[in-house]
Amino acid sequence: MTSLPERTEKSLGLVIDLDTCVGCHACVVSCKEWNSAAYGAPLGDLDPYGAAPEGAFLNRVHTYEVDPGHQAPRVVHFPRSCLHCADAPCVTVCPTGASWKRAEDGIVLVNEDDCMGCGLCAWACPYGARELDPIENVMKKCTLCVDRIDNPHLPEEDRVPACVRACPAGARHFGDLSDPSSAVSQLSEARGGVALMPEQGTAPVNRYLPPRPKSDQIDVLGPLLTQLEEEPGGFFGWLDRTLERL
Amino acid sequence: MARPYVGAALIAMHPAPSLIVFTTLSGAGFGLMIWLGLAPMDGEIWVAAVFSLIALGLASGGLLASLAHLGRPERAWKALSQWRSSWLSREGILAILTVGLFSLYAGLWVASGRPAPIVGGLASAAAFATVVSTAMIYASLKSIPRWHSPWTPAVFVTSALAGGALLSGQVLAALFLTAGLALIQVAAWRWGDGAFARAGSSRSTATGLAGRGEVRQLEPPHTGSNYLLREMVHVVGRRHSRRLRVIALVLVAGLPLTFGLLFTVGHGLGALLVVSHLTGVVILRWLFFAEAEHVVGLYYGAR
Amino acid sequence: MSYAKQHSVQTAPRISDDVRKTTCYMCACRCGIDVHLKNGAVAHIEGNRSHPKNRGVLCAKGSAGVMQHFSPARLRAPLKRVGPRGSGEFEEISWDEALETARSWLAPLRETAPERLAFFTGRDQSQSLTSWWAQQFGTPNYAAHGGFCSVNMAAGGIYTLGGAFWEFGAPDWERTELFLLFGTAEDHDSNPIKMGLGRLKARGAKVIAINPIRTGYNAVADEWVGITPGTDGLFILALVHELLRAGRVDLDYLCRWTNAPVLLDADGLFARDGDGKELVRDRESGAVVPFDTPGIKPALHGTVDGLTPVFEGLAQRYLAPEHSPDAVAEPCGVPAETIRRIAAELAQAAFEKSFEVKTPWTDFRGERHESFPGRPVAMHAMRGISAHSNGFQTTRALHVLQLLLGTVEAPGGFRFKPPYPKPVSAHPKPHAKVTPGKPLDGPHLGYPRGPEDLLLREDGSAARIDKAYSWDAPLAAHGMMHMVISNAHAGDPYPIDTLFLYMANMAWNSSMGTARVIEMLTDTDADGSYKIPRIIYADAYSSEMVAFADLVFPDTTYLERHDCISLLDRPISEPDLAADAIRWPVVEPDRNVRGFQSALLDLGARLGLPGMTAEDGSPLYSDYADYITRHLRRADVGPLAGFRGDGTADGRGAPNPDQIERYKANGGFWTAEVPADGLYFKQANASYQAWAAEMGFYVSDAPEPYLFQLYAEPLRKFQRAAEGLGHNQPPDHLRARVRETMDPLPVWYPPFEETAIDLDAYPLHAITQRPAAMYHAWGSQNAWLRQIHGENPLYIPTQLWTDLGFERGDWAWVISPHGRIKVPAAPMGALNGKTVWTWNAIGKRSGAWALDPEAPEARRGFLLNHIIHELLPAKGDGHRWANSDPVTGQAAWYDLRVRIERAERAGPQSLPDTGHQQSPVPSAPSRHTFGERSE
Ligand SMILES: Nc1nc2c(c(=O)[nH]1)N[C@H]1C(S)=C(S)[C@@H](COP(=O)(O)OP(=O)(O)OC[C@H]3O[C@@H](n4cnc5c(=O)[nH]c(N)nc54)[C@H](O)[C@@H]3O)O[C@H]1N2
Ligand SMILES: Nc1nc2c(c(=O)[nH]1)N[C@H]1C(S)=C(S)[C@@H](COP(=O)(O)OP(=O)(O)OC[C@H]3O[C@@H](n4cnc5c(=O)[nH]c(N)nc54)[C@H](O)[C@@H]3O)O[C@H]1N2
Ligand code: SF4
Ligand code: SF4
Ligand code: SF4
Ligand code: SF4
Ligand code: SF4
Ligand SMILES: [Mo]
Repeated sequence: MTSLPERTEKSLGLVIDLDTCVGCHACVVSCKEWNSAAYGAPLGDLDPYGAAPEGAFLNRVHTYEVDPGHQAPRVVHFPRSCLHCADAPCVTVCPTGASWKRAEDGIVLVNEDDCMGCGLCAWACPYGARELDPIENVMKKCTLCVDRIDNPHLPEEDRVPACVRACPAGARHFGDLSDPSSAVSQLSEARGGVALMPEQGTAPVNRYLPPRPKSDQIDVLGPLLTQLEEEPGGFFGWLDRTLERL
Repeated sequence: MARPYVGAALIAMHPAPSLIVFTTLSGAGFGLMIWLGLAPMDGEIWVAAVFSLIALGLASGGLLASLAHLGRPERAWKALSQWRSSWLSREGILAILTVGLFSLYAGLWVASGRPAPIVGGLASAAAFATVVSTAMIYASLKSIPRWHSPWTPAVFVTSALAGGALLSGQVLAALFLTAGLALIQVAAWRWGDGAFARAGSSRSTATGLAGRGEVRQLEPPHTGSNYLLREMVHVVGRRHSRRLRVIALVLVAGLPLTFGLLFTVGHGLGALLVVSHLTGVVILRWLFFAEAEHVVGLYYGAR
Repeated sequence: MSYAKQHSVQTAPRISDDVRKTTCYMCACRCGIDVHLKNGAVAHIEGNRSHPKNRGVLCAKGSAGVMQHFSPARLRAPLKRVGPRGSGEFEEISWDEALETARSWLAPLRETAPERLAFFTGRDQSQSLTSWWAQQFGTPNYAAHGGFCSVNMAAGGIYTLGGAFWEFGAPDWERTELFLLFGTAEDHDSNPIKMGLGRLKARGAKVIAINPIRTGYNAVADEWVGITPGTDGLFILALVHELLRAGRVDLDYLCRWTNAPVLLDADGLFARDGDGKELVRDRESGAVVPFDTPGIKPALHGTVDGLTPVFEGLAQRYLAPEHSPDAVAEPCGVPAETIRRIAAELAQAAFEKSFEVKTPWTDFRGERHESFPGRPVAMHAMRGISAHSNGFQTTRALHVLQLLLGTVEAPGGFRFKPPYPKPVSAHPKPHAKVTPGKPLDGPHLGYPRGPEDLLLREDGSAARIDKAYSWDAPLAAHGMMHMVISNAHAGDPYPIDTLFLYMANMAWNSSMGTARVIEMLTDTDADGSYKIPRIIYADAYSSEMVAFADLVFPDTTYLERHDCISLLDRPISEPDLAADAIRWPVVEPDRNVRGFQSALLDLGARLGLPGMTAEDGSPLYSDYADYITRHLRRADVGPLAGFRGDGTADGRGAPNPDQIERYKANGGFWTAEVPADGLYFKQANASYQAWAAEMGFYVSDAPEPYLFQLYAEPLRKFQRAAEGLGHNQPPDHLRARVRETMDPLPVWYPPFEETAIDLDAYPLHAITQRPAAMYHAWGSQNAWLRQIHGENPLYIPTQLWTDLGFERGDWAWVISPHGRIKVPAAPMGALNGKTVWTWNAIGKRSGAWALDPEAPEARRGFLLNHIIHELLPAKGDGHRWANSDPVTGQAAWYDLRVRIERAERAGPQSLPDTGHQQSPVPSAPSRHTFGERSE
C-alpha cells in the first residue's frame, strides 16, 4: 500500500497565487471547518480556551518579509498545505500502510483506521504538511477535499476544495496539473509557477505563483506630465482654450 | 514569548524521551545479542541465561518505550505490513524475528548447555540487521539533512556493537569499538554540521521566493503552538549542545578507554563502564535529535 | 479502471440534512451564508453563492462562525450585579425581573428628564429601530458607534459626493485600470474588497497602496507608498497640484456634474436664484443662469459683478507652490518624483485608457447622451484617512481629486450603491428638543446645513451628552460615543442617570484610555454611589463591559435571532443593485436569552412608548420579526424593501405578513436591479433618480438630483460664523480653530496632538490595524481564531530596532504623553520609518470571554488604547480639546505619538494589568473537537 503508484492518471493539486494572497486566513479556517465536518476524525483542539491553545490545522498561512536590501522589503503571505508530491516520502516511510497515494488522481491520504500515530510520515515531509491530531492521535493532512471534489451530494460548482471555494481573493486554484491544457497548468505556465524545495526530490504537484515585480522595485520610467506654464496665458489661458473645444 | 520571535538558536527535532530510551536500550540489547550470538561466553550456564535475559530485556524494553511514542499503540501490529517500502516496518519485523531467533538460541543454549553456532549466527545477523534498519529509519529522511547519510547507520551500528561488547565483557573489542565510535561520531558531527547547508534547502527554496532578497518570517501562521512546532521546531541553545558533545564523548569512550587501558576490568568496574557508556549514548541520542534540523524549520524562520 | 489494493475512501459524505440561508454577523460586512444543519444542530457554514455581497466566498471569521455559535462565553440569562462594578459578580435573574427593573429606572426619567437616559448602541445593525426607540423615548442622547469609527469618511463623503467610501460605494472592479487604496487594512466591505483586489490582479490592473504599513491588501499592491501617518492630505493635494499644472483634469465633467462653475459671492456663499438654485455663468451668452439650465456652457473662471466660479479659487489655491510635490515630499516621507509619477499615471489611466459604455441616457437637465464616458481610475480609503483629527478635510481632498479626474459615478471609477448617492439636502438635520413624556422633535442624527442647525442649549452649552453638533464638533453626524463615559462621569454638560449600551465593549477596546475609563465606570461620589448611577448593557457574550454593568440583557448569537439589514440603515447593496437582507433563527437558543431588538420592543411597550404600544397598553409588536413585517416609516415604506404588498412589490408596498418567509425562500436577501440606463452618474441620471424615488429611497418621494460639491458651502457658513458673522458664533477659544478647519475647500493641517506636545520627546506615530482573521474583542472567544491571533507584538521599524539595541524576544515600553504600556516587540522592515504598530483589540482582561486567566490574550496581548486620551494635553488657555476631528468629532485614534524604550525582560507580562473579573459563565472545556466522525 505504501509503495507509490507507478504513475497516476491525473495529478490533482492546487496552484496558489502569492501575488494575490492577502493573507486573510479564510482558507485556513474553512479548511478546519470542513475537515471537522467531513473526512475522518474531526480536527481537534487542546486547551481551546486556555493558556496554550493548540489544535490541528491542515493549512496555515505564514507571513514573510522579503528584503532585497536596496529597496523597501515586501511582504508575502504564504499558505502552506500538502503539495501531493509525486514522490511522496511520507507515504513510503509509513509502516502501517495508512499513508497512501491514490493512483487515479495522485491525492495523498491517510487511512485513519490504520494509522498508529507514529509521526514518521510527518518527519518525512519536508513541508510540514502533516499534523497529528491532538485528540484522536491519528495523522491528519490535507485531503485535497477528496470528500468534496466528487461528492454527488454537493452541487456541481461546489465540487472544489473548501479552501478554494472560500478564498475571497481568488488566490487558490484547483485542477489537474498533469494535463497541460488544464486551466491550472496554463496559469502556472503563464506565471512561472514554482515547486517548493525541488532539491528534496519529492516532485510536488502544487505550484506557487511568485509575486510579480512591483513597480516600486523595477526602474520603470513612469509617464511624466507636461506642465502648462509654458503655454500662453498659463493655466487659465489653457482653461479657456480647452473649454472652447468642449 | 511564543515561538514566533525566537532568536539565533538551533531549531531542531524534539528529543522525545521515549525515542532516546528506545534507541539506546534497543541498540545495547541488539548489540549484546550480536556478541552473544557470535562469541558466546564460556562459563556457567546461568551466566548465559542472565546475559541472554539482559539482551532480551534491553531490546524489548526499548521496543516498549518506542510504543510510548505512538498515538495509537494498540495499532502497532499494523506496522509489520509495509516491509517493502518502510524501514520502520522492516525494523519491526526484524526486531521480532531477532527476538524470536535469539530466544530460540538462548533457550537451546540454556537447555543444552551449549550454544548452537548456526542459530547464534542467524540471531546475530538478524540483530545486526535490526540495528541497521533502526538507523535507516532516520537515515532515510531527506528532510533532516544531518541524518540523511551513511554516518547515521555507522554511528548506530558501532554504538550497538560497542555497547554489546562492553555488556558481554569483550573488553578488547569494547575498547576498539568505543574508540571507533568516538571517531565515527566526531566524523559524523563534522559532516553533519555542514549537512543542512549542503542539502541546499533555504527559506528561499522553501517558499519559492529565491532571488528576491532575504526571506524573513514576519508573522507566524498562528500565535498558538502546534504539533510541528513541538515535534520538529524544538529550540536548543547552540552552546549548550556543544558542551554536551564533549561530555558524551567522555562518557561513551573516554572513561571506558582510560579505565579499560589502565585497569583490568572486573565485574564491578565493567558495570560502571557500561553505565558510563550507556549514559554517554543517551546524551548522544539526545544530541542526535536535538541537533537534527528539519527543513520545515525554514518555514518558521529557522536558519 | 479499478485500482486494486487501494484503500477505499468515503468520497461522498453527507455533511448535513438541512441548509438554511441567513446573514453572517461575524463582522459588519454582512455576507450571505448557507448554514448546514445536522440533526438540528449547526454543522457547517459556507458562503452563499447567489448573495450580492460575497458571491459564495467566506472569510476566516465567517468560517469560524460555528465556534462563535458554540462559544463558552455566551451569556445564559439576564444578570443582576451583586458585587462591585468590574468584579464580574452577578446573579442570574428572569427576563421579567430584568425588564421590570429597567422599566422602573427609565419610566421616571421619561416623565421628568428624558435626556438623563443615554442610549448608545455600538456596532448596531438595527439603528433604524434603536434610533427610533430613543426618539420615542424622548432622549437626545442616542448614537451608534460611527463617531469613533469612521464618521470623517461618512461626513466627508456626504458633504462632497452625497455618499461615502465606507461601504456605501465601490470601485468598478471589472473595469478600473488604476486603483489607489488609502489607509485600509480590512474595511467593512471585507469580502468585496478582497474579491475586487483579486479581480484587479487577475486582470493585471495596477494597484497603488498608500499606507505606512505593508501588510494584507497593501502587500499585494503593485506599488507601496509608505506614507507618514497624518500627511495624506498633503500628498493628495500635491497630486491635485500636478494634475492642475498639467491641465489633466476633466473640464467637461467638472462643468456638468460638479459645482466648479457655481458662482461665489464675496462672502464665499453661492449665488442663488429665487428658488434657491445655484447660479452659473453661461460662457456663450454671459448670462447668469441656474446650474440646471439645459444647453448652457458654464464658465470656470473670471469675476463679473463680484461673482467668481468655484473653480477659479480652487485652481489658484492648489496651483500654489506650497502644494507642489517638492514642498510635501519631506513631511509625507514620499519622494517628489514618486508623487509626480503617480499624478501622471492617474492622468494616463483616466484619459488615455478611457472608454465608453454605449448606453443612451438622459441627465437631470433633460440632455440626452449616447454613452457613459468611462474613467478607469478608482480610489478607496478608510480609517487611515479618517481616524485623524484632519481626516474630514483629507477625505474631502481625496474626493476632490476623484472629481477632477471625472471618475465618480463614471464607468471604471468609483460608484455608489443604492440608496446612495444622496445629497445633504435629502438627509435630515439633527434634533435634540426634549419634552418630558414626549418623543424627541425629530431624528437625532443628520447633516447640519449651517450654524443654525447646531444642537445647543440656551446658554450655548451642548444639548447632547457627547457634545455632538456643538462648536466642538459641528458636523458630528454619527454622534461621539467615545466621549459619553467621560462626559457622563464629569457631569459635563450635565449629569445623566442611566447609561444604556448595546453591543459596544466600552470598558475595553472601544474606549480611549481604557484603564481610566474603568476608573470612571467604578468611580463613586462621597456617599458611595456610582458617579454614573446606572448602567444597562446588552451583550451576547461575557465581555469586559458586562462586568461593569448593573443589569445585563443577554442577546442571542447571530444564528438564533431575527435581524433586518435595512435600506433605512446601512445598506448591503452593490452598485448595480439595491439589496437588503434578514437574519432569522436557523436554530432556537438553548439558553434563557432573547434577541436584543425583541427585548427593546418589549421594554418600549412596558414604558408605553408611542409606536410600540397599542391603545389598550398592550405591546404593538410581539417581537422584532413582527416589527420588521408590520412597521411602517412612511406610507408603504418599511424596514424591508422586498416582497411587499402581495409579495411582488419592490421598495414600496403594504406590509406583507408573508414577507420574512419570502426572504427565507429567496436565500435570506432581496435585490432589485438598477435600470440599465441608470447605472452610472446616478446623482444626475434621470432614469436612476426616477427609479430611486419610486423605490422610496428619498423622504421627499421625488427625484433629488444634485451637483458634486468641490466647494462645501455649509462649511463656509460655519467659517463665517467664526469670522464673526451671524448671530450663532463659536466661543472665542474655538474661533481660530473653526475658521482654519472648516474651510469650504479642502485644507491640510497637522494632526492636533502633534501640535500640542514636544515632538522630540514623542517622535513616533503609533497606530493599529485590524487583523483579517479577528473581529475586535469578540473574536477572542473563538477557539479557532484565537489560535491565529492570541497575542500581539508591537512592530518596530528595523532600523530603529537595531539602533535601540532590541533583540528578538524583547519587550518594549511604549510611552505617550498620556501613559505607558509594556508590550512584546518585533522588528519589521516594510514599515514607515517613523511608525510603530500592532494588531487591534487582541489584548483581553483576565477573566473575560470565558478564557483562562492566564490566556495569552491577557498576559502577552495588549491594547494601545491605554495610552490614547480622549482629550488633548492642555492648551495655554487651560482648555482641553477633544482628541477628535474638529469638524465631525471623529475619534483621532491614529494621531497618537509615542517613544519606545527597551523594557526589562523579567516577568514578561504586558502592562498595565487591569485586574481580574469573575466570569458570569462557567469555565470552558479543556479539550475540544467540533463535529463528529462522518461515516
Ligand atoms: N486602538 C484602537 N481602538 C479602537 C479602534 C482602533 O482602530 N484602534 N477602532 C475603533 C472602532 S472603528 C470601533 S468600531 C471599535 C469597536 O469596538 P467595540 O464596538 O467595542 O467592538 P467589539 O469588541 O467587537 O464588540 C462590542 C461588543 O459586542 C458584543 N457582541 C458581539 N456580538 C453580539 C451580538 O450578537 N449581540 C450583542 N448584543 N452583542 C454582541 C461583543 O461581545 C462585545 O462585547 O473599536 C474602536 N477602538
Ligand atoms: N477582520 C476585521 N474586519 C473588520 C474589523 C475587524 O475588527 N476585523 N473591523 C471593522 C470596523 S469596525 C471598521 S471601522 C473597519 C475599518 O477598516 P480599516 O480602515 O481598513 O481598518 P484599520 O485597521 O483601522 O485600518 C487603517 C489602515 O490605515 C493605515 N493608516 C493609519 N494611519 C494612516 C495614515 O495616516 N495614512 C494612511 N494612508 N494610512 C494610515 C493603517 O496602517 C491601516 O492599514 O474594519 C471593519 N472590518
Ligand atoms: S507535501 Fe508532505 S505530506 Fe504532502 S505529499 Fe508531499 S511529502 Fe507528503
Ligand atoms: S503516523 Fe500514521 S500515517 Fe504516519 S507514518 Fe505513522 S502510521 Fe503511517
Ligand atoms: S484542499 Fe481541502 S483539505 Fe486541503 S487545504 Fe484545502 S480545504 Fe484543506
Ligand atoms: S484565503 Fe486566499 S487570500 Fe486568504 S490567505 Fe488563503 S489563499 Fe490567501
Ligand atoms: S466578511 Fe466574513 S465575517 Fe464579515 S460578514 Fe462576511 S463572511 Fe461574515
Ligand atoms: Mo469601526
